[in-house]
Amino acid sequence: MSLFKTTRRAAMGLVAAAVATLPFQTQAGGHGIDLAGKTVEWIIPFSETGGSAKWANFYAPLLSEALPGAPTVVVKFMPGAGSTKGANFFQEQTYDDGTLIFGSSGSTQFPFLLGDPRVKYNYADWNVVLASGTGGVAYLPPDMAAKMSGLDASGLQGEDFIYGSQGATRLDLVPLLAWEMLGLSVEPVFGIKGRGDGRLMFERGEANIDYQTSSSYLKGVTPLVEDGSAVPMMSWGALDDAGNIVRDPTFPDMPTFKEVCEATAGCETSGEKWEAWKAFFIAGFPAQKMVFLPNGASADAIATYTAAFEAVKARADFAEISSGRLGVYPQMTGDEAKGALKSGTEVPQAAKEFVVGWLEERYGVTLK
Amino acid sequence: MDVIFTALPALGDAWALILQPVVLGYLILGVIMGLCIGVFPGLGGIAGLSLLLPFMFGMDPILGLALMIGMVAVVPTSDTFASVLMGIPGSSASQATVLDGFPMAKNGQAARALSAAFASSLFGGLVGASFLTVFILVARPVVLEFRTPELLMITIFGLSMVGILAGRVAIKGIVAAGLGMLIGTIGEGASSGDLRMSSYDFPYLTDGLKLVIVGLGIFAIPEIISLLRQDRAIAKEQALGGGWLDGVRDWFANIWLSVRCSIIGVIVGVIPGLGGSVVDWIAYGHAVQTTKDKSKFGSGEVRGVIGPESSNNAKEGGGLVPTLLFGIPGSGSMAIFIGAIALLGSGQIEVGPAMLKNNLDITYSIVWLLALANVVGTVICIAASGGIAKLTTIRFALLAPFLFMIIAFAAFQSGQNLMDLVALFAIGFLGIMMRRFDWSRPAFLIGFVLSNPAETYANQALQIAQSRFRKGFGEGIDYIFSPIVIVLLIITVISVVVGLRQAKSILAEGDVKSGSKRAPLAFLLIVTGYIAYALFDAASIPSFSRDRTFPMFVACVCLLGCAVLIIRMMLKPETDTVFADRERHGDDSEATHGLWPTLAWFAALLVLTALLGFILALGLFLFSFLRIRAGLSNVAAVIYTASGIAFMCAMAWLLNRDFPPGLLQEYADLPWPLT
Repeated sequence: MSLFKTTRRAAMGLVAAAVATLPFQTQAGGHGIDLAGKTVEWIIPFSETGGSAKWANFYAPLLSEALPGAPTVVVKFMPGAGSTKGANFFQEQTYDDGTLIFGSSGSTQFPFLLGDPRVKYNYADWNVVLASGTGGVAYLPPDMAAKMSGLDASGLQGEDFIYGSQGATRLDLVPLLAWEMLGLSVEPVFGIKGRGDGRLMFERGEANIDYQTSSSYLKGVTPLVEDGSAVPMMSWGALDDAGNIVRDPTFPDMPTFKEVCEATAGCETSGEKWEAWKAFFIAGFPAQKMVFLPNGASADAIATYTAAFEAVKARADFAEISSGRLGVYPQMTGDEAKGALKSGTEVPQAAKEFVVGWLEERYGVTLK
Repeated sequence: MDVIFTALPALGDAWALILQPVVLGYLILGVIMGLCIGVFPGLGGIAGLSLLLPFMFGMDPILGLALMIGMVAVVPTSDTFASVLMGIPGSSASQATVLDGFPMAKNGQAARALSAAFASSLFGGLVGASFLTVFILVARPVVLEFRTPELLMITIFGLSMVGILAGRVAIKGIVAAGLGMLIGTIGEGASSGDLRMSSYDFPYLTDGLKLVIVGLGIFAIPEIISLLRQDRAIAKEQALGGGWLDGVRDWFANIWLSVRCSIIGVIVGVIPGLGGSVVDWIAYGHAVQTTKDKSKFGSGEVRGVIGPESSNNAKEGGGLVPTLLFGIPGSGSMAIFIGAIALLGSGQIEVGPAMLKNNLDITYSIVWLLALANVVGTVICIAASGGIAKLTTIRFALLAPFLFMIIAFAAFQSGQNLMDLVALFAIGFLGIMMRRFDWSRPAFLIGFVLSNPAETYANQALQIAQSRFRKGFGEGIDYIFSPIVIVLLIITVISVVVGLRQAKSILAEGDVKSGSKRAPLAFLLIVTGYIAYALFDAASIPSFSRDRTFPMFVACVCLLGCAVLIIRMMLKPETDTVFADRERHGDDSEATHGLWPTLAWFAALLVLTALLGFILALGLFLFSFLRIRAGLSNVAAVIYTASGIAFMCAMAWLLNRDFPPGLLQEYADLPWPLT
């Protein structure tokens, strides 16, 4: 661990040094682009009020400092059609001078994966420069949690669960499929506006199962756990370098869904259902939010942005300022980001077909 | 007692934090920025806070809070200017203010209406803050008592205000509200994402119509067009009666109404999920019901201004409860507010359940900064109201093109799309027709605003109730008929019965004479046709989807109403009130300009925008309107146009918005702002 830290620190130092010399390099060799006096537009395909807005607003001022020439970075919101409007717009843009970037989210990835007819964009055309991961935690009211014996969730199988959901084709697909695999009969109540409303429904005692992404869990549910009105059930887990699901570093004491599934009769961690769940989990959580340069971006521009995000990560205070807003999750650049993009947007055809069929059969949702 | 012992020191700390000169300085700065932004319809707290966001990073928390709260607090105060002076509902908080505020301005009482509104706003803000100081300590369990059936019941209570505002022919009002609800269901259903009255081939409608567009279209455009046709100033008399002191006196004479409406505002604001959309209507309804002589409502009754304005600032305070205690934003601006708080300082303020425990002093600072911002904002507004009221004496032909410009810009805020303008025009046309044939526009707007919560809560309550009933009959009944639901039910029934009895004497839109049969019947048939098609469209959604139920139910009720109206039209003579038509008698029929040529000006702006992009189109529109319709000299028209365009560009630059491009931009690469 200490070795890892040292090497990482050394790497960060190198990056910082590289960034510090970038402007000079620009004059000398032409590596990287200079954005002095320019305005970088960061398109977010959601409204000002969502989670992606918070994420972009957190990064924008830091990115501005880290980019060569310290351009103004403005976040531009382009909501509509569940983010497909903004993504379609970005698809039409061609690389100009590196002043246009795009921030996608799991809600942009899922319609792409599921073959939503509105999707006119293709991730393969874009150039990823940052990938931010997150995790998720499912939790129960204490009386339900008491019915679990250790990791075995089969005691919950006869119960009626109500879950406040934003829609079966959204990120909620991951918890809904997970609970179904455990044999729980969870009835989603659709039409809530955000996960915060889902938590409120849980607090009011109307819903008796819920999940939150990590940062919302830390802020909103931990106090409930402390006063005894909620008990964590499991986290979705995190990915290690080899692509295995391991315990979430933010919640090392919490079992993952994989562990619970293994301990519960009737739930299997292999087969098409599991592969489908895993594929969509990866698309929705470890590679949830990404920053892209448009089609045709020059290698210089990609290098410049990659270096800038690395410099942001290398800030001495980054861990402190980011933990509350982003959680303790990898903020990936370079090849790591490319890997995240690949695992988040290239889902096996079988997994795709399984989920499409499951959505139609279980919720009557057709994507046409 | 423990509670008080922790609360009092925290309150003391809060005041110590607030009463630093630098904090007050930031607060005033925020207030001034908020006033400047709030004056423009469609630009509210969201736009303002987005402006401030870049500066929040790492800022001293109390200074950042002062700046942001100063800005958010005064938006419902300053949008009163647009509501009262121009008849433009500046935001959802001031829709009801238009009903009596604008007629007062037309009667030359603008300053009086404004200062009565501001005094009420101020008072509402203070009552809200005092109430919250105590209530916030016990709010959590109370708020959690409001489950989905309770939320549904409050929504229905809000809808019952249609009864009061239905106009002379109650069924017409109900159909208008139903039409509003149907228009509110356009787009993707909340339950399974099925499309209503829209298609993916035409993506604009799939997100539904935004309140800004419907509010502006239904209220502002008809009024602007009507005034423009008459070619006069807003105020009928040149001499403005009623100074600002009169308004304050009016407010003081109705102080108890103001108290009650403030309390209504806080309580509705506290409940997460409803936000500001119902509160001003409930307050307006309350003002009507508690007034003995109801004949003046709709034509300039000051109580109709005091009620909603007392409630809407109090609501902002109430809205802090879900925001701070649950981390659930009550409105769009509150959502950004939460995001911005995370950026402040080193992020030690964590909005959510832990807020009271860890940051009670900050919580109190926020509550009282809000109240203080109200005081500062109101004083500035009252001081300015006399001067700004003079706008109502300007010849309207000089004002109108700039109003069109501002309304169009406000409409773009919702989708930044040419289709926003088309939708505004379409809804505006519907508004003009509803005004002409005396269909209640407030009822339509209430229906539209509450369509979404009514549908969602009805579906959710039903679904959860079914699950409870499966567990046991008693459990289901307990869930649906909680004490709160029963109380709300009784209030609603009383309000509907009383409201319908009184509705005939409340002419929210003034008296309208009846005329011939043909035009009103044609309009009714078109409305019926739309409703029938909406029914057909909803019925074609697969039957397992919950997204079809609500529009089908509403459409069926509306069709029944339409049938009754059609039969009545067939049986009654053409002097019957059901044939009300403004083109027959009164201001509209005697107007200097016809409806169609006036509307054509706005249509021209639309078409030009589609061809040339907004800024070029606006330039042409402003110049030719001022030159031809207003009869200015070339030089004057050029100067006016240039300043209008400069202003628009400055706003767009500040808010970082692009203008919708036209056909020209497909072929030519033009520099900003022409892009």
